Amino acid sequence: MAMKIGDKPFFGRVDDALKDDFMRQAMSSAQDRLRGKKISATVEDELVGDWEEWRSAGEEIRRHTLENLDFYLDQLSENFSKRGGHVYFAATAEDATRYIQEVAKKKNAKKVTKAKSMVTEEIGLNEALEEVGCEVYETDLAEYILQIDDHDRPSHIVVPSLHKNKEQIRDTFRDKANYTGTEEPKQLAAFARSQLRETFMQADIGVTGCNFAVAESGSISLVTNEGNANMVTTFPETQISIMGMERLVPTWEELDVMINLLSRSAVGQKITTYVTNLTPQVTEDSIDAPKEFHLVILDAGRSKALGTEFQSALHCIRCAACVNVCPVYRHIGGHAYGSIYQGPIGAVLSPILGGYEEYGELPFASSLCAACSEACPVKIPLHEQLIRHREIYVKEKAKTTEKLAMKTFGIGASSPSLFRLAVKGMPTMMKPLVKDDSISSGPGPMKLWTAVRDFPAPGNGNFRHWFDNHKKGGGTDG
Amino acid sequence: MAEGMIHNKNDFLANISARLGREQSKQVTRPDWKHRPQLEILKKASPEELAAVFSRNSVEKTTTVIETDSTHLAKVLLETFSKYGGGRVVATKDNRFGEYGLDSVLAESGAHVWNPELGKENIEIAKQAAIGVFFSDVSLAESGTVVQFNDKDIARSVSLLPLTYVAIVPKSTIVPRMTQASYAIHKSVEEGKRLSTCINFISGPSNSADIEMNIVIGVHGPIEAVHIIVTDH
Repeated sequence: MAMKIGDKPFFGRVDDALKDDFMRQAMSSAQDRLRGKKISATVEDELVGDWEEWRSAGEEIRRHTLENLDFYLDQLSENFSKRGGHVYFAATAEDATRYIQEVAKKKNAKKVTKAKSMVTEEIGLNEALEEVGCEVYETDLAEYILQIDDHDRPSHIVVPSLHKNKEQIRDTFRDKANYTGTEEPKQLAAFARSQLRETFMQADIGVTGCNFAVAESGSISLVTNEGNANMVTTFPETQISIMGMERLVPTWEELDVMINLLSRSAVGQKITTYVTNLTPQVTEDSIDAPKEFHLVILDAGRSKALGTEFQSALHCIRCAACVNVCPVYRHIGGHAYGSIYQGPIGAVLSPILGGYEEYGELPFASSLCAACSEACPVKIPLHEQLIRHREIYVKEKAKTTEKLAMKTFGIGASSPSLFRLAVKGMPTMMKPLVKDDSISSGPGPMKLWTAVRDFPAPGNGNFRHWFDNHKKGGGTDG
Repeated sequence: MAEGMIHNKNDFLANISARLGREQSKQVTRPDWKHRPQLEILKKASPEELAAVFSRNSVEKTTTVIETDSTHLAKVLLETFSKYGGGRVVATKDNRFGEYGLDSVLAESGAHVWNPELGKENIEIAKQAAIGVFFSDVSLAESGTVVQFNDKDIARSVSLLPLTYVAIVPKSTIVPRMTQASYAIHKSVEEGKRLSTCINFISGPSNSADIEMNIVIGVHGPIEAVHIIVTDH
C-alpha cells in the first residue's frame, strides 16, 4: 500500500471528507486538544524558558546535520557496524523491502512485531513481509486498531487512528477479535495488552522506525509512551530498524535538544514515557536483548530535496505540530491528502517523495496562513515551500497541457481533410456545451481555461469560408 | 563480536554529496551552537530543589513518590512491596542493593534477583512478577524520569514486564534534565568507553492517548510506578 492512500482524485477525496461530519468533528476536537497540550508544554511552561530559543536551537542543529549528511551517515554506519550491527543503505523503497525480506527468510521468521513507524508504512513493509510468509503484528495501540480494521490507513502522523471514535473501535474489536467489553478506552487498551502479550515473547523479529539516530555512537533513539517499542526491541532475537536518511543527529548533546522539541511539540509532554536508546551488542550476552541488529537507511526520494529550496523540508522531526494547527486539515482530515504524510508537512513532503503527478495538487490544500511555519519546532518555512511547489506544479502542468494541445493540433493539421472536418464540425460539437453564447465547462484542454473563465462559443462560419468569400468580393461576415 | 556488514554505502553517500554540490566531507567539526537554552534550566537549583521538582513531575505522570533516607529505606521498600500486590518481586543484579543494606529485604520478600546463568527463565519470572525493582542511574528533575543503563545484569525486563516498577532514586542522581545525562554519555563516547546496549529513560507507567485522546494508564508496560527518593548515606 505504501505511501498512497486511496485511488480517488484529490478533489473527490476532499468532497468525501467534507461530507463526513463525524470525522470532521473528531479532527477539530483532536486538533484543539493536541494544540492546547503543546501550548502548555512550550510557550506557557515557565521552566522551559524561551521557546523561540529552543526552536532556533533545533533549526541550527538540523541545518548543520543536513548540510553534512554524507559525513554523519558515514559516521553512523561505521559506529553501528563496529558494534556488530548490519547497515543497509537503500536507495529505494523496493531495495529496503527486498533486504528486509532476505533477513526474514534467512532467520526463517514467522512472527514479526512492529512498533509504530511511518517510514515502514511508506515502504509498504507489512505487505512485503507477508509475501515471504511472515505474520506481522502492529503493537502500537492506534496501529493495532487500524490493522484489525481491515488495514485501515493512518489519518495523522502521531495519532494514526484519530478518525475513529471509541464506539467504532469497540465494534471493530468485537467483530474482528471477539471482544466482549465496553467502549471504555481503558478496557479497549487492556484488551490490546492481553492480545499482544504472548506475541511479543514469541516474535522472531522486532521492527521499529527511528526517531533519531546518533552518529557518534551508532545508536537508535525511540520516543514512545505505551511500552510496546521496548517489548519489540527486547524479546525477539533479531531487530530491524528503518530510518529515513535525514533522521539523525551528530551527538548525544543534540539528541537532548531534539527529544525535547519532539516530545513537547508532538504530544505536549516534557518527555515521552519512554525514550529508548539502542546500540548494537558488543561482547556481553544479555538474555533480553536482540542478538542481531539491522539498520536500514532509506533515501526513497529524499535526496531529491538536497541542494534545492526544499532541503529544509528534510529537517522535519515528524511531530505533526503543523498538522495540528492547519485549518485545511481540520476540515478535510487526513485521508483526503491521499498520502500517509498529511497536513502542511505532508503537502510539502509528498510531492518530493512521490512526485507532482501523484501529489502535485496537495500544496493547494492550504490557506497559506503560515500557522504551520510558526508552529514548526525546527522553523521549516512550510508555507513558502507550499507556494514554491504550486509554482512548479503550475509550470509543469502548463507544459503538459500545452504539449497535449499542440499534439492534438498537429494531428489535425497534418491532414487537410481532418482539419477541414474539425473546423467545420466545431460549432456542432460544442453546441451541447454552449449556454448564452459561451462555454463555462469545457472538455479536455479547455477544462483548465473554463475552470476560471468562460470561453466564447465558436461561430457558425470559419476563416477559410470567410477568406474564399472575401476574395470573391463578398462581405466580411463569416 | 565481529563487525557487522555495511551495504551500498559508497554509491548512496556519493549521491548525497553530488546533490549537495560538493565532494564528500572527510571531516566535519560541530559548530559552537549559538542557541543552548537547555543549559539554563534549573541551573542554580540546589539538590533539595531538584528533588522537589523531580517529585512534582513524577506525580504529574501519575507516579507515586516516597521520600526517605538510607536508614529507613529497607522498611519503606518492604512496605512498598506489600502495598503493590505482595506478589513476586524481581530485581536487577546490582551491587547497590547490598550497599544500601537491601539484600535482606530482597531475601525476605522472596525476590528473584536477575541471574544471567538461568537464561530465559528470568524472563518468565519477570512476566509473572507484580513488582520490578531497580536503581535509577540518573534521574531527571524536569520530567520525573529515571534512567537505566541496561546490560546483562541490569536487565531490561525488570522495569518493563511486572505490573509495577519501583525505582530507587538516590538523591545524588537527580540532575536538572536530560541535558546532563546526554552530556555525560557524550563524554564517555568521546573517551571511548563502552556504551550500554540500551539506555532507557522511563517516566512513569506506560500509557496511551490513542483512543479519542483520552489518557489510559497502563498499556504494554507497567500499570503503576513508584519512585523512592532516598537521601544518600
